[in-house]
Amino acid sequence: MATDRIVGIDLGTTNSLVAFMQGESPVVIPGDDGLNLVPSVVALDEKNQPVIGNAARKYLTETPERAVYSIKRLMGRGIDDIQEELKFFPFRLAEDLQPGEVLRIKLGEKTFTPPEISALILRQLKRNAERFFGAPVTKAVITVPAYFNDAQRQATKDAGRIAGLEVLRLVNEPTAASLAYGLDKKQNGIIAVYDLGGGTFDVSILKLHDGIFEVIATNGDTHLGGDDIDNLLITIALDDTLGDLGLDLRHNDLRRNAEAVQAIRKAVIEAKIALSSQPSVKLDVELPGGKRYLREITREQFEQLIQPIIDRTVSPCKQALKDAGLKPEQIDEVVLVGGSTRIPKVRALVKELFHREPHIDLNPDEVVALGAAVQANILGGGSEATENMLLLDVTPLSLGIEVAGGVTDKIILRNSTIPASATQHYTTQIDGQANVAIHVLQGERELAKDCRSLARFDLKGIPAMAAGMARIEVKFLIDANGILHVSAREQRSGKESEIQVQPSYGLTDEQVEGMILDSFDSAEEDFRQRQLIEARNETATILAALDKGKKNPAWGHLTTDEKKKIAKMEKALAAVNGEDDYQAIRKAIDALNQGTTRLAELMMDSAVTSALKGKTMEEADMGEGPTAPHPMAKAEFE
Amino acid sequence: MTSLTEITGKPAPEETQSCWSCGTMRAVHFCEACGKVQPPAPVDYFTFFALPRKLNFDVAALEKDFYELSRKLHPDLNARANSQEQEWTLQQSSLLNDAYRTLKDPIKRTQYLLQLEGVELEEQSKTATERARSTGEIKKQIVPPDLLEEVFELNMQLEELRMHKKMGEDDPALIEEIGRQKLELEEKQEALLHELKDRWNMWDGMIQREQNGQPVSEEERKQERDKMVDLLNRRNYIRNLVRDVSEVLESS
Repeated sequence: MATDRIVGIDLGTTNSLVAFMQGESPVVIPGDDGLNLVPSVVALDEKNQPVIGNAARKYLTETPERAVYSIKRLMGRGIDDIQEELKFFPFRLAEDLQPGEVLRIKLGEKTFTPPEISALILRQLKRNAERFFGAPVTKAVITVPAYFNDAQRQATKDAGRIAGLEVLRLVNEPTAASLAYGLDKKQNGIIAVYDLGGGTFDVSILKLHDGIFEVIATNGDTHLGGDDIDNLLITIALDDTLGDLGLDLRHNDLRRNAEAVQAIRKAVIEAKIALSSQPSVKLDVELPGGKRYLREITREQFEQLIQPIIDRTVSPCKQALKDAGLKPEQIDEVVLVGGSTRIPKVRALVKELFHREPHIDLNPDEVVALGAAVQANILGGGSEATENMLLLDVTPLSLGIEVAGGVTDKIILRNSTIPASATQHYTTQIDGQANVAIHVLQGERELAKDCRSLARFDLKGIPAMAAGMARIEVKFLIDANGILHVSAREQRSGKESEIQVQPSYGLTDEQVEGMILDSFDSAEEDFRQRQLIEARNETATILAALDKGKKNPAWGHLTTDEKKKIAKMEKALAAVNGEDDYQAIRKAIDALNQGTTRLAELMMDSAVTSALKGKTMEEADMGEGPTAPHPMAKAEFE
Repeated sequence: MTSLTEITGKPAPEETQSCWSCGTMRAVHFCEACGKVQPPAPVDYFTFFALPRKLNFDVAALEKDFYELSRKLHPDLNARANSQEQEWTLQQSSLLNDAYRTLKDPIKRTQYLLQLEGVELEEQSKTATERARSTGEIKKQIVPPDLLEEVFELNMQLEELRMHKKMGEDDPALIEEIGRQKLELEEKQEALLHELKDRWNMWDGMIQREQNGQPVSEEERKQERDKMVDLLNRRNYIRNLVRDVSEVLESS
């Protein structure tokens, strides 16, 4: 049963989470640092080993050339698509990158494709889940922005495979959020989900009907989110800094000084978050050379600054309403998702758009992962809580074929329920023609050049016939993941036509195969190894904590008998730690943890003792770590 | 890369009478006896929903059927089946979604039925265009003659508004006038839909007579078809016009 456990993963621009269905409700699985959110940051340490999440954040400021964040912005994109991104993000592209090739990012001296970097984040989440269950995890549901196109979805699926996960379903983030909300509110009606995350914006309108979650319309912008607010503030800060210091403004080294920029980025993110609850904040950033950058920002100024950014969510909302054939008054409930919806000005905008107060009952950072866990449960056969629940999602963008004159002929319209299909017939233009070229597009624009090119493929080996005689049937099918499949058949001869695809951006199957981090076959063995290593690390932690404890005055308050018992357990743990028996080490750790509970309690200040009752030695020692739900929120900025 | 399944050269799934899994009589989509999804049969959308080829039906009942079939055919609820069954599920549920999307919309439903009746709607307008070009006649199906004058006037006004916009001028009176005409066009569009629904009744009556054993002449069938084709063409024309007007109004 444990091996069949399917987890739900929110692979976010800023933070990622893994969740699963515990009994009748979804819960987020914390990392080994005790935190639910794993920052989507990947770095290489001094030994070129990947470091992920909170542990990787320090590299952003210390060795920025060895770290990367917001990689989601590059998923499924080509070099031509990301010129805007490169102005604001310190992505270091490989120098030998060819146009049309999958992007490669430099970390130190190594290069990685965006799916590989995402895979490192996914593998971390997989490990967190495995530690939690004490068993391997190989299956997952991963969420994607609803407005992700085919290439972006495929890249996400590839990332899952590279991480050693079988991706059972890609679920749209706003839809996943609605599942999490729908779980405790079994009701019918129309809901709108407004999802403004770190890097993407989605709006979805759903009809809830006896457990069926039917998406009626969706819209969005895959490059709009909290990142854009940060970048605006960074730009202002850099301008300010140079001005304040009286230095040459535009071409100063500072802009290229990644370390200073990252310090400023950290400061403005903290300021942004603080401004959701405070009327004003003071920026105070230490700059290289011992100088400081000081500036006060009031909430009023902040709101003025971000207005143009948050206004970009208005037109997708209006379009979604129009596509759904609904007026704002017909929406029964509005749900907010994504960290950026904590900004009061964003909430005010949503209220104005939908004429009602939005819902914020669930943590906007966690709700998508919780919904993914619900979907994972449905795919796994369901339970009492998810009985009768079914998601009917749509394709966010129209699928088209380029026809004469460079015009897009739409064959599957946006907001069509998926799976959806369309059949097209092709014929030959000249006698004996053996190939037909087909260009598949995604997007709403009239001209092919304005749409996203998904793939070009050639139908080959058409039997020799007079012009116009061949009748080739091509079937386009968008599956429940929103990913396109194409198949073809020549009808008159019954002969198969070979299809050759040139994906516009993306990895080939062989490439993905070569990147797989943990092969499925060795998953079990890898897991045991890792479990052992982690258990030994834990041993080291608890023994160090115990050493510290012995020097604490609290040690003196223990009875001789208690001290003896602890010493015995300590010895037992040290003895099994060298062996390859995970269960034995685990048991010894748990025993020592249990045995030192009273010591841990005594060590706490009497004022907090009651709150920490039942804490183990290990936890008591870790109690100093950050505990705020948002990794950035804890830092005070003065 | 874009996933590509090659299902080339395979013959269309044969229509069998029994369930592949339990051997009892099979339904079009799933077995009533054991609940297993069946290989997709090459059926039209009306047959898929077990509906006669009539144009009037209860859309609420169709929605109910759609939800019920979704609960049987959706890939999410068959995620643990073997890969062959999952493939059938994917085919069946896309057929279900395609069928529902087409039948629930009055215009798409009419177009689909006409296609089943052998009318190639696009072809027809192409032929009409060529005929009109060769004879120098006005293409009747495309610009409805009763609208000719109005359309001409409206296009002039739209052009004028575009010019004003280019010059950066504002013309509230003109915008108001065009807005009024847009409303009129929308009313016409609505009226045409009503007219089309009247033709549905004629068509359904004819099909009913046929089912009751009374012969229906090919001539009568063709007449009914042609009337619907004409209404659809007129409505499409007005719909495109309304779309153009909306675009100009929104951008000004």
